[in-house]
Amino acid sequence: MMRYLLGRLSQAALLLLGVTLITFALLYILPADPARQIAGRSATAETVANIRTQLGLDLPFYQQYGRYVTQLVQGDLGRSYAQKTEVGEVVASRLPATLILMGAAIACELVIGLVIGIFAAAQQGRRSDDVVMMLSFVGVSTPQFVASLAMLYTFSVLLDWFPVGGYGEFKHVVLPAMTLGLLGAGWYARMLRSSMIDVLTQDYIRTARAKGASQLRVLMRHALRNAVLPVVAMIGIDIGLFMSGAVVVESVFGWPGIGQLAWQAIQQVDIPIIMGVTLVAAVAIVLGNLLADLVAPLIDPRIQLR
Amino acid sequence: MKLRALTAAVLSAFAIAASPTFAQEGPQGGSIVVTYKDDIVTLDPAIGYDWVNWSIIKSLFIRLMDYKPGTAELTPSLAESYEISPDGLNYTFKLHKGVKFHNGREIGSQDVKYSIERTTNPKTESPGAGFFDSISGMEAYKSGKAKEVKGVVVLDPLTVKFTLTRPDATFLHAMAINFASVVPKEAVDKAGKDFGKKVVGSGAFMLAEWKLGQQLVLKRNPDYFIKGLPKLDQITFQVGLEPMTALLKLEKGEADFAGDGIPPAKFLQIRNDPKYKSMIIEGGQLQTGYVTMNVQMKPFDKLEVRQAINMAIDKARIVKIINNRALVANQPLPPTMPGYDKDYKGYAYDIVKAKELLKQAGLEKGFATQLYVYNVDPNPRIAQAIQEDLSKIGIKVALKNLAQANVIAAGGKPMTAPMIWSGGMAWIADFPDPSNFYGPILGCAGATAGGWNWSWYCNKDLDKRAQAADAMSSPAKAAERAQLWKGIFTDIMKDAPWAPIFNEQRFSIRSKRLGGSDALFVDPVRIPINYDHVYINK
Repeated sequence: MMRYLLGRLSQAALLLLGVTLITFALLYILPADPARQIAGRSATAETVANIRTQLGLDLPFYQQYGRYVTQLVQGDLGRSYAQKTEVGEVVASRLPATLILMGAAIACELVIGLVIGIFAAAQQGRRSDDVVMMLSFVGVSTPQFVASLAMLYTFSVLLDWFPVGGYGEFKHVVLPAMTLGLLGAGWYARMLRSSMIDVLTQDYIRTARAKGASQLRVLMRHALRNAVLPVVAMIGIDIGLFMSGAVVVESVFGWPGIGQLAWQAIQQVDIPIIMGVTLVAAVAIVLGNLLADLVAPLIDPRIQLR
Repeated sequence: MKLRALTAAVLSAFAIAASPTFAQEGPQGGSIVVTYKDDIVTLDPAIGYDWVNWSIIKSLFIRLMDYKPGTAELTPSLAESYEISPDGLNYTFKLHKGVKFHNGREIGSQDVKYSIERTTNPKTESPGAGFFDSISGMEAYKSGKAKEVKGVVVLDPLTVKFTLTRPDATFLHAMAINFASVVPKEAVDKAGKDFGKKVVGSGAFMLAEWKLGQQLVLKRNPDYFIKGLPKLDQITFQVGLEPMTALLKLEKGEADFAGDGIPPAKFLQIRNDPKYKSMIIEGGQLQTGYVTMNVQMKPFDKLEVRQAINMAIDKARIVKIINNRALVANQPLPPTMPGYDKDYKGYAYDIVKAKELLKQAGLEKGFATQLYVYNVDPNPRIAQAIQEDLSKIGIKVALKNLAQANVIAAGGKPMTAPMIWSGGMAWIADFPDPSNFYGPILGCAGATAGGWNWSWYCNKDLDKRAQAADAMSSPAKAAERAQLWKGIFTDIMKDAPWAPIFNEQRFSIRSKRLGGSDALFVDPVRIPINYDHVYINK
């Protein structure tokens, strides 16, 4: 187990180094000059040149990257060009909101997705199956912007149940999490449905039914346990996705997550922030997958880690 | 690219004493909520240079000079009075006594000197360092040869003298710009590089609470040196909100001012809805939307081609496309700027004549070219209209929809972008002066790699005339100077390096309980709102 973990973690370290190199290189060849972006229209050529020197942007690529990695290894993510603050601090200030929304959204996705998935699998081939599957398809294809505004308008303006965007209390997280949950639940529902249908054709299900087990018992106890594995893997991927931000939902609901930060940093060519957010997202994807792999044997003892 | 010139007849060889207090309307007290889409990146007055932080910094700090609220008229602020020597090279400012920083310490002339030296110190990385280049000794200081700026002298604790290397008609504007804000050295030293997050100023409001990426709360400065100001007790800024969401918040009474204005998609509906009538304020702004034509690139090196393009674009239709949120333009300067020529007719829309001109240039069959455009609505739609218009005279335009930074980079690269639509490069006019529209974007100084003169137009004769206008710092010559600028801009249009399209109008929306004269919501200097003077209707 320890050996497995160490192996995975050293793989992850290499992977992350690769991610920083590629992102850094992409930002380097981008035909946008951060110094000019900071300096604005009225700055003299001298001012722009000075800002470039101060930020070290006049150095060759390998030096810039070398400097970045050296700092990174020491735990220093650098300073934001635009905000003139530590990237670590800026990114950390966004983490609580990101984690809260991630947790709440995945919870919503799971509750809605699993219920629909099990229901559809049990009703396979009937009209009710078609209807819920079509609804889940509508869910995954609705643009986030449209769905967010519709939710906001319905529940905040018309019904006045929730505040119009914001952050800080429980009532603020409900709508963005529900929006993400409704939109994302379709993926889980479809995945669980097909994996349940597979399982339901197995011999041991027939045996269980022959023993006289009730439909509910068959579904929940015999089928779900065996069908849920792909869902766990999907949660792992979802964690990574949400950690890189739900940009649209965040900005409609005014949710101070990491997606908003990334979006603004890209506009400003604020390379240290872009690097920081990319790194956080990459770490989350790696950890999310690792977590899913570690949980798998707990659900299905046939799986062994090596 | 230095911005120097003179607007109003404020310069004189005698002292102008002014009281910073004028009649105040509206009750004091109450708090408001203001929303923005973008985060507040910094509040350091030497650094902040964007839509969100510009006006907040105005209210957190004070400067020697300021503008009368809602106008572009200069007035002394921290300075009680000032005196200009007859040769226009020496400015002596007398400070108000007893003005305090938010930390309680009294402001002296030493702080003025320190603040200018801080902004211009290369280590500060200020984008505004270039505004102070006319101060004597600045070059030696910036290059590290001198430890201080020789041209800024503390005469006594409340008197500071600036010596210039040349008469500079925009110098008083430079003393009113955010980069000239007075900051306390001890607070800067203590916060180090984080001063932008731990600001200590002396303005009408002071920092109360800042949750990064969420909200910023400012509270009234009880010791503010202008009695009766500010009106509000507290302002809460909520950031990260889509303009559409901000509008819903406003409707529901959860916000009082939408910092990003009315979202384009909702504009017509809101404009025509009587419910909103009293909430919308319309005003001009110091902005011109234009198409640049790179005069170094073929076939735009031919005057006839540039003129033909000026005549082939149906500007009135473009204004309709953006729901009449602008006025048709025919020259670089916007109508509210001194030097605007209201009698100038420009190039009228005339396809037949445009075709004729192309024929004269030997291009009757047309040609293919590219138009660079910022990829955020409504700019791509405007570019499409231009593309359609130009196809009528045989010009095939390929659109290059790019992110803002990439358009800016292409414009500043020689022989790269044949045409650029300037829209969406949302820069706030630094100060209301015609020179602001020349040096960086039409003068020779801007026509360099990394510059903002995307036409790469350089007319040495006009540069000389601009310099002459800049040096006219005598108040008696203010009208003559405006006349000079007028001539410069109409002569530029003879060469047609731009096709001016429109001057954007600004539409602000506020809650019904938020009071204050309309001018405060379309303030040319404190865009988008003058926080010091607005109040809650009782």
